[in-house]
Amino acid sequence: MNSDLIRELQILLGRASVLSLPEELLMYEYDGSIEKSLPDAVVFPTTTQQVSEIVKLANKHDVPIVGRGAGTGLSGGAIARAGGVMIVFARMNRILSVDYENLRAVVQPGLVNAELTRAVEHAGLYFAPDPSSQKSCTIGGNVSENSGGPHTLAYGVTTNHVTALELVLPDGEILRIGNAQGDALGYDLSGLFVGSEGTLALVTEITVRLCRKPEAVKTLLAIFDSIDDASETVVDITARAITPAACEMMDGWTLRVIEDYVHAGFPMDSAAVILLEIEGLRQSVAAQATAIEEVCLTHHAREVRLARDDRERDLFWKGRKNAFGALGRIAPCNYVLDGVIPRSKLPQTLRRIYEIGKAYDLQIGNIFHAGDGNLHPLVLYDPRTPGKLEAALAAANEIIRYCVEVGGSLTGEHGVGMEKAELMSLIFSDADFALMRRVHDAFNPSASLNPAKIFPLGKGCGEIRVRPTRGHATIATSAAPSASLLSGSAGNSASAKPEAATAKH
Amino acid sequence: MPVTSTNLGDRLASIIDASRVHSDPAVLARYAVDEVIPAAIARPGSAEEIAEIARFAIAENLAIVPVGSRSKLGIGMPPTRYDIALDMTALDQIAHYDPGDLTLSVDAGLPLAKLNAALAPHRQFLPLLLPFYSTSTIGGVIASGLNSPLRQTYGTARDFLIGAEFIDGTGAPCKSGGRVVKNVTGYDLHKLLIGSFGTLAIITRLNFRTFPMPLDSRGFVAAFPSAEGALALRRKIAESPLSPLTLEVLNPQLAQIFATQTPSGHEPAIFGDAGESASTGTTLPLPGDWFDAKSWQLCAAFAGSAEVLQRYERDLTALARSLPPALRPTATTFLDDATRPAIWGRLREALPLLLQASPAATIFRIGALPETHAALLDALREIAQRCDIPHALIARATGNIYFALLPDDPSIHLANAHVAAALDPQDVGHLLDGTNQEIIAQLAKAADAVFALCAKHSATASIQFCPALLKRHMNVFGPPRPDAAAMRRLKTAFDPQNIFAPGRMLQES
Repeated sequence: MNSDLIRELQILLGRASVLSLPEELLMYEYDGSIEKSLPDAVVFPTTTQQVSEIVKLANKHDVPIVGRGAGTGLSGGAIARAGGVMIVFARMNRILSVDYENLRAVVQPGLVNAELTRAVEHAGLYFAPDPSSQKSCTIGGNVSENSGGPHTLAYGVTTNHVTALELVLPDGEILRIGNAQGDALGYDLSGLFVGSEGTLALVTEITVRLCRKPEAVKTLLAIFDSIDDASETVVDITARAITPAACEMMDGWTLRVIEDYVHAGFPMDSAAVILLEIEGLRQSVAAQATAIEEVCLTHHAREVRLARDDRERDLFWKGRKNAFGALGRIAPCNYVLDGVIPRSKLPQTLRRIYEIGKAYDLQIGNIFHAGDGNLHPLVLYDPRTPGKLEAALAAANEIIRYCVEVGGSLTGEHGVGMEKAELMSLIFSDADFALMRRVHDAFNPSASLNPAKIFPLGKGCGEIRVRPTRGHATIATSAAPSASLLSGSAGNSASAKPEAATAKH
Repeated sequence: MPVTSTNLGDRLASIIDASRVHSDPAVLARYAVDEVIPAAIARPGSAEEIAEIARFAIAENLAIVPVGSRSKLGIGMPPTRYDIALDMTALDQIAHYDPGDLTLSVDAGLPLAKLNAALAPHRQFLPLLLPFYSTSTIGGVIASGLNSPLRQTYGTARDFLIGAEFIDGTGAPCKSGGRVVKNVTGYDLHKLLIGSFGTLAIITRLNFRTFPMPLDSRGFVAAFPSAEGALALRRKIAESPLSPLTLEVLNPQLAQIFATQTPSGHEPAIFGDAGESASTGTTLPLPGDWFDAKSWQLCAAFAGSAEVLQRYERDLTALARSLPPALRPTATTFLDDATRPAIWGRLREALPLLLQASPAATIFRIGALPETHAALLDALREIAQRCDIPHALIARATGNIYFALLPDDPSIHLANAHVAAALDPQDVGHLLDGTNQEIIAQLAKAADAVFALCAKHSATASIQFCPALLKRHMNVFGPPRPDAAAMRRLKTAFDPQNIFAPGRMLQES
């Protein structure tokens, strides 16, 4: 890495805010996905102005930039695939203002998701998007990935809760888009930038909606002796147009692993459970709970358990949200998918997933957002056994292809990033890529910001191929196709990373 | 053969069936956008034909404006060039509907009323209760970016548009999103099409998530002597555990219009009612004595089971009583299926009603945080008084304010698009002189004041409808903004040769 750039960054930010020694950088080479790539420097700005200056310095030295929140992402979005300067927003983590009357908060990107709710819950308010990693993931990261969570079934994903953004564009320009109320004039720029996975701009300030806590909440645990019955129940709840706030499914195998670890009171001998939450007025919650119970019993639920109190409710959710930590104890590695399907196709898709697991002799657990058709099959494998990583990737590939075949998509909330870039051709045509590429280039013409993400390397923004003049040899090697779903090649060691695994959905 | 205004029709007829091309001046005038009239109309029958027309336009450097039912062509700026009106109404099929998944995929030219009629048997609907409801196409609704009173509960189109197919400015068929309710695969380009006025791409297909119809619904109307009382109750309701479907405040001038005017044409009933499934419903009844046309009005709709409806009635009554005596309503009424359509039909059709009341109506759409509304309403009244023009307004709890200046000069309206469209284009020119220039100057001054006011309150403002003459003096989207350059970059990415509705939204640089 260019030592002049390091020096200039140190002058700009102070020595303590610039990391460049290899041992310091190691923590920043991965996120929650199976990908890895070392940045050349990591910096910790505290102001938007500094972010803009960092971007300009990096541009001057022709070095790529990548933004990063807490690094809990599951698709390699915050990995410095082409090396360069990583901007970590950990020190831009303040709540700048809360407008209690109008239900808005202005926050910095490094603010941890759960901290926002903690700060406003005294007034009966909360921030609705609730990724399972919400105790560690940042709102800036949520914006980049357009993160979801269990309660997005009723309340929408991140983009539905963002009304305005301050951005630093890849040329260093600071731009404000949107409006606190949410009615932006002209093109919906916030709609484009939220979920653009850090490939169009860096987010430096976010205006979000806050929601009022519902008057009543009921949490139900429906227990089934057959997975088919459970998935038919989800189909029926959707078809009868009952809208729970959350509708999460766990299969029996996953359940037992979780119960061993969390002791949530899940029945060890069941084939599947559905965790349902209903929110709203007391009267409406009571009626909906009865309706849901009826549907469950129609589909042969063994039992529908109502959480007796907040303690039991928290326990149910603890089981759900700590699932990935629990699974980490079983197999050294797991690979979590994020395919999304029409809800009506749930039973057949689950059956297909188990068949694929059998065919590859891999354990696949399922714990997912059933209500919105967002699957999270977990493929467990031990990379020390030769061929197992390749088998896991091949199985994952087949599952994703099946999701697309039944009318679904690659990713519901984790993002494309590095890991699903090569699969994008399953969905998009050359014309689609050409347009997305022109949109990309409209803001990030030399792909200096978060290069080699979203687009398949062959159809992308050309950054890998156009960069030889940039003169940092690390790029060519670190940007080589990694353990991608499509290739199934073990280009990366993809070792177990329990600390990242616990932060997963 | 080079394209001229005389042979454009023939050239188009070599691309699509000749019966789908028009260049008769009388027909062309009906496709006018303000004072601008196209040279030819093409009514393609498929996305492939649209792509071919787009490629033809690129090769010949022609400008295309996509149009649906033409009810909202008056919104936005007139195009700087307008060769081909692309009539989308032949693309009107439902491509895919999975009621069990609550997802829908439809052609852009499908009328909104027909769309909802197809969902009604499954007790589902698309929560877009928009003006010109009975004629609007879904593509036009999305491209014009109007928002509905139901935003209070269901959000705007960006919250339930899950994918789109469109022809980009290179003539290529493209798509974004998909047919699933949760999806982060690729850029959310379909969101950019909302409110794009046809400037980015020709929308051919739109995918939505659909919603269950509420079990049963009721209305609540409360009359107040002042805006202060109505806004105070609106705030109390917003802060309560209740979540009404709609929540809005009307000023007495609008109440007066509601009490005396009926939107022209047949109107389908409000969603959830039996009449909703038919695209031709009954004419709206006028509201009865229970509606006080001289007062400020708060209107709310709410839905649920019988128990929930009772809860709403109890709580709304209690909330109204909890106001300080000076702010309390003078009357409150709960509306059932028989009385409700009179108000809700008019709330939905408020914009056409205002245009009926004064065809020169200059209607602003303002987006402002709800707790700034009290100050804004005062200032807006002052602006109207200063230019001595009557005004009407709606202030929704979603933050949207519709503020209409209603000049009563009978001549000025003739320059409005929907009127001009029915006239010989030669006549339009004669309308642009005389006394109405004075009113235009007044309106322009008032508009400047509204834009300045909104900037001060960090609110957005645009003019939704106004006389075409006013647009000669100002941009209906207000003064240039800092994000204009970013938008121009997007326009170029989608439409490199600027063939789609040039100048309709962004000022030409």
